[in-house]
Amino acid sequence: MKKQLGSLVSWVDRRFPLSQLWREHLAGYYAPKNFNFWYFFGSLALLVLVLQFISGIFLTMNYKPAAADAFASVEYIMRDVNLGWLVRYMHSTGASAFFVVVYLHMFRAMLYGSYKKPRELLWLIGMFIYLLLMAEAFFGYLLPWGQMSYWGAQVIINLASAVPFVGEELAVLARGDYNVSDVTLNRFFALHVVAIPLVLVGVVVMHLMALHHTGSNNPEGIEIKDNKDEKGVPVDGVPFHPYYTVKDLFGAVIFLILFALVLFFYPEMGGYFLEAANFEAANPLKTPEHIAPVWYFTPFYSILRAVPDKLMGVVAMQLAVFMLFLLPWLDRSPVRSIRYRGWKYRTALTVFVISFLALGWLGTKGINPVYTLWSQIFSVLYFSFFIFMPIYTKHDNDKPEPQRIAA
Amino acid sequence: MLIRVVTLALAALLFSTVAVAAGGDSGYPLLRFTPVTTDTASLQRGLRTFVNYCQGCHSAKYMRYQRLADDLNIPDDIMKQNIMWGSDSMAATMTNSTSEETGKILFSAAPPDLSLIARARSPSYLYTYMLSFYEDESRPTGANNALLPGSSMPHVMWELQGVQRGLYTEASDGQGGTQEVLSGVELVKSGLLSEKEYAGLVTDLTNFLVYLGEPVRDQRRRIGMWVILFLLGYAVITWLLYKEYWRDVR
Repeated sequence: MKKQLGSLVSWVDRRFPLSQLWREHLAGYYAPKNFNFWYFFGSLALLVLVLQFISGIFLTMNYKPAAADAFASVEYIMRDVNLGWLVRYMHSTGASAFFVVVYLHMFRAMLYGSYKKPRELLWLIGMFIYLLLMAEAFFGYLLPWGQMSYWGAQVIINLASAVPFVGEELAVLARGDYNVSDVTLNRFFALHVVAIPLVLVGVVVMHLMALHHTGSNNPEGIEIKDNKDEKGVPVDGVPFHPYYTVKDLFGAVIFLILFALVLFFYPEMGGYFLEAANFEAANPLKTPEHIAPVWYFTPFYSILRAVPDKLMGVVAMQLAVFMLFLLPWLDRSPVRSIRYRGWKYRTALTVFVISFLALGWLGTKGINPVYTLWSQIFSVLYFSFFIFMPIYTKHDNDKPEPQRIAA
Repeated sequence: MLIRVVTLALAALLFSTVAVAAGGDSGYPLLRFTPVTTDTASLQRGLRTFVNYCQGCHSAKYMRYQRLADDLNIPDDIMKQNIMWGSDSMAATMTNSTSEETGKILFSAAPPDLSLIARARSPSYLYTYMLSFYEDESRPTGANNALLPGSSMPHVMWELQGVQRGLYTEASDGQGGTQEVLSGVELVKSGLLSEKEYAGLVTDLTNFLVYLGEPVRDQRRRIGMWVILFLLGYAVITWLLYKEYWRDVR
């Protein structure tokens, strides 16, 4: 039996690089042996992507992308389709889980300087994935055709009208109509289920290729490739399979426990994952009292609202995302990991995280002068983190990095 | 230390179940209500009240009679005799004969479909709303609602509850003077039910509306328990596997 299997593999290997792929990306891909908690989120992001694809495919089988039927078809899935509720909650919880995982994954990169040379492109490709994810979430949010779906899309598309001269034309082009309508729903559906996922898969593959080309960073921020034994194997590395496959499997189960807790017991997550107003069908004649985006967009929504001028607000919001792209070049520190960074970067990162969370919280609230003032303060702090980064990272009291990863 | 603080902060964000308790536009305080949808008898009583007092004007167009019969343990013949006024088909949904146009003519705003009202509002909102009608001669229906002032809905259950009047307190009008503000309601003439019985009826009705909003509510919790139990066991196995593989790494 074993012999027959071996000859089958060698038959395939002569025609397709099966063993080579297995070796290069799993059994012979060496990863640093000191990955900690923060290193679970890369594989978890992949897991959530797969969950979203599977649940999304099943939703598409019963969902009707038409203004007259969309809302009712979602209720049909929730009530009449066998296990439809499970699939729907999987997809809605998965959307939020995706952002939780991706934000923690990005934060990991900032903790350990994973975006620094030679991983600049890895970071840029990752940022591109984040942009696609935001687009995917935005297009998908219109599909249930609830009040918040409708008015959220209305507000965001209207931002385009702030562009001088051609703004209104741009908004009409995006909607395909003078209002968010059946036409808009149809094109958002096409983008959500075909266009964006297609690009997303391609870019995720590129992200993994770049990662396996440079090798993974680690909490010490040093290169394991600098210390190899006589066979050319990094001495501080372990083969990804089986070491990290079993470790990530455990991480995935813990993640799934938390995921199941939300899915089965708090699917609305107190209005953060599924907003109450979205249980009312879209009504173009009735604006809800309070239009708030879903939690993962609220930090940027706060920055938009913090700027009094509409056009400048839109520019500031886009800059806030764009600044992250520049991280590899703004950071001038010679060390990668937070463990060997000086007090300046540590303080700056803490302030940045607090600002991001505070902006996120403020974005879920209505507008009042006190909140607006706080949004402005935290927006300034958010941008300061990036703008002054070349200065404070260059003159920081960084500690020397170790030569080896300690046992 | 930093990592620990940040982890905690992110965890707090992720797991904060701070409900966005949407009160009425009036700022009228909500009575806290925790729905129980496992009590089939309560849901059956709620259904009875819904069919007798609500469904004449409000539909529940996403709810099928067959699902109701199955979930609430009601035999088909009882469903057909006492529950299904508008249809003979168990596969039909809980619609009625009040069209949107008729609703607009009668009440100035069409009575909303109630399938998802408990999710669009909140159980506490519905519970408070149905206890907050009071006599108001200035309204066309003779009744107003403290939670939703100017509500076009008449107090359809006044015969059961009796008559309530508004309670007012003096409050600052923000310009140095004072103004009368509605702060509560009080029963002045009792109806067919005692105050406690009526509150019980509203409790059953609210429970039913919560069930109506998400019929799978109890089933998903039951299934969820097993899923999490399985995953906990699986976590132990994968942990042991991980420890076994990593024993020789130093």
